[in-house]
Amino acid sequence: MLNKQLLIVGAGPAGLAASIEAKKAGVKDVLVVDINMKPGGQLFKQIHKFFGSSAHRAGVRGMDTGAAMLKEAEELGVEIWLNTACVGFFDERVACIEKGMPDGSKQIVYMKAEKIIIATGGQENVVRFKGWTTPGVMGAGAAQTMINVNKVKPGNKIVMLGTGNVGLIVSYQLMQAGCDVVCLVEAAPGIGGYGVHASKISRAGVPIYTKHTIKEVKGNGPNGRVSEVTIVEIDPKFQHIEGTEKTFEADTVTLAAGLKPVSDLVRLQDIELVFNGPFGGWVPTHNEKMETTCPGIYVAGDTTGVEEANTALEEGRVAGVSAAEALGAISAADAEAWRAEIWTRLDGLRMGPFGEKRAIAKKEVMDAFPGVAEA
Amino acid sequence: MSIKEVGYISHQELIDAKQDISAARYAKGPVAVVECVQQIPCNPCEAACKFGAIKIGEPITNLPKIQEDNCTGCGVCVAQCPGLAIFIVNKTYSDTEATVAFPYEYTPVPKEGEEWEAVNRKGEYQCQAKIVKVMNPKAFDRTPVVTVAIPKEFADEVRSVKRK
Amino acid sequence: MCMRVTDHVILGQDVDPKMIEITVDGQKIPAKEGEPILAALLAQEIMVNRYTVKRNEPRGLFCGIGQCTDCAMIVDGRANVRTCITPAVEGMIVETQYGYGGADDVK
Repeated sequence: MLNKQLLIVGAGPAGLAASIEAKKAGVKDVLVVDINMKPGGQLFKQIHKFFGSSAHRAGVRGMDTGAAMLKEAEELGVEIWLNTACVGFFDERVACIEKGMPDGSKQIVYMKAEKIIIATGGQENVVRFKGWTTPGVMGAGAAQTMINVNKVKPGNKIVMLGTGNVGLIVSYQLMQAGCDVVCLVEAAPGIGGYGVHASKISRAGVPIYTKHTIKEVKGNGPNGRVSEVTIVEIDPKFQHIEGTEKTFEADTVTLAAGLKPVSDLVRLQDIELVFNGPFGGWVPTHNEKMETTCPGIYVAGDTTGVEEANTALEEGRVAGVSAAEALGAISAADAEAWRAEIWTRLDGLRMGPFGEKRAIAKKEVMDAFPGVAEA
Repeated sequence: MSIKEVGYISHQELIDAKQDISAARYAKGPVAVVECVQQIPCNPCEAACKFGAIKIGEPITNLPKIQEDNCTGCGVCVAQCPGLAIFIVNKTYSDTEATVAFPYEYTPVPKEGEEWEAVNRKGEYQCQAKIVKVMNPKAFDRTPVVTVAIPKEFADEVRSVKRK
Repeated sequence: MCMRVTDHVILGQDVDPKMIEITVDGQKIPAKEGEPILAALLAQEIMVNRYTVKRNEPRGLFCGIGQCTDCAMIVDGRANVRTCITPAVEGMIVETQYGYGGADDVK
């Protein structure tokens, strides 16, 4: 069996930031595993400039932040295994890992990790309507991966469902890739994401239908592909209002109805969870060190509640520092000061009318923390 | 109707956010117009301006406010704003024309000398626009900034050109 | 119509990508070496990857990151290969998958 000081599951912003911080704090042996072909999580499809504090890479495109973090992790000597899935844990932090080999095959590896950080991210929610399985209906994230990473358009005429920041940003990026966005559809009475993102859509002349949803998608295109989309107004109880239907010609429907935390590994480990609506579902409770109820296991990023990349990154830093402290690489006092600085930035990211809800949600998740179980 | 409901900003919202520019300042030449009326945690514009003409301060969710006397209308902030929400308006360009500079991240990018269709915040056609300048230096990090000349009466309305 | 994004303000232009050929349902199509098989298919506007077991309904790209399996196809004789996360390799034989794709014992 292999031994590692620190195992991090997930090489997205949270996992990479955790690995960098742990290395900086003096942890010698840091391994990050990720199921994807490339590290960076969803950062490399974020081709827009990020919001946030100019002191911390705001105004820099997500993909460039991803590249910079990756470089830093490599320079610091973080080990990264790709095409590798952490399948589960046995007691005493023994991980079962399906390691991707260079020839494409997989090998099962058992690993005893002194500390573990779980940063497995989030996944897109699905919306069901008549015809939702028609080819051409896809997650907004899927469309974003195709245009920005693979540089291929998923379709030409697109209807976007959802106006959170993902819906707004991906609509804009679809136009940047040369697609036409027919309209955006939003069930709520107001646009969910930032006004500045909505303004870009409006300037491009694309209508946003609030208080509307998709009633039906028809698949009369080639090989049964999406051919038209009917939207309908909804009442305050989200019921269709007959007679308000509008039908558009389209070949693609993208769904941006929020994300939910990927918490499979957390569940397997008997970590205490709480349900939190604004955070997207069941999330692990944790303390200000990002440690869970299970000793030596930390969490960070969307796994702990869906927010955004900057927050994930900062939470990853907290987890990395805490793991380093627990491994004896830095003193408790130093770790405390380091964390306090990061928490100040995290508080800043959770302010204002958009951040407040997340600040409350985070407080609820942390208030529910009963303490770390006896080892 | 607010930006939250319709997806574009109204003049009243700019006034309420204290982001409208005085007539006296417009009379002095080009000036940055920040159209960012929601409290979001973001401040690269403040750091981008070496003249200290954009104030946010603490907390980071404060609305950006243009210091009219400090702003030279240089336009460095335009490409730095992640929300693409800053414009440079010059109402003194000529007797009949004003210029508006805006970020434009689509291909094809307009070229100097071309004529494009100018649109307002809602994407509606306003007037023909002459492209007078296109800047995309390395410091702009792939956000081209396009300056168009338009009849003066459209200076408060035109915020982009129609995508080709 | 080719669906590739060839000119992009932020992503720039493709600098001479290495092109290979794969065979999809008997027809040869170009692919960029190493890109997901699915991307090569989308470039040719091929959206349907498989037909479902029970109702024989078409399915195509849905999550794009290897989670949902809607893009599974038969690749070099192997069924249930997620084309969105499997790199294209010269000479690969890709087939639309019907039901279990011949792997009917896997239930």
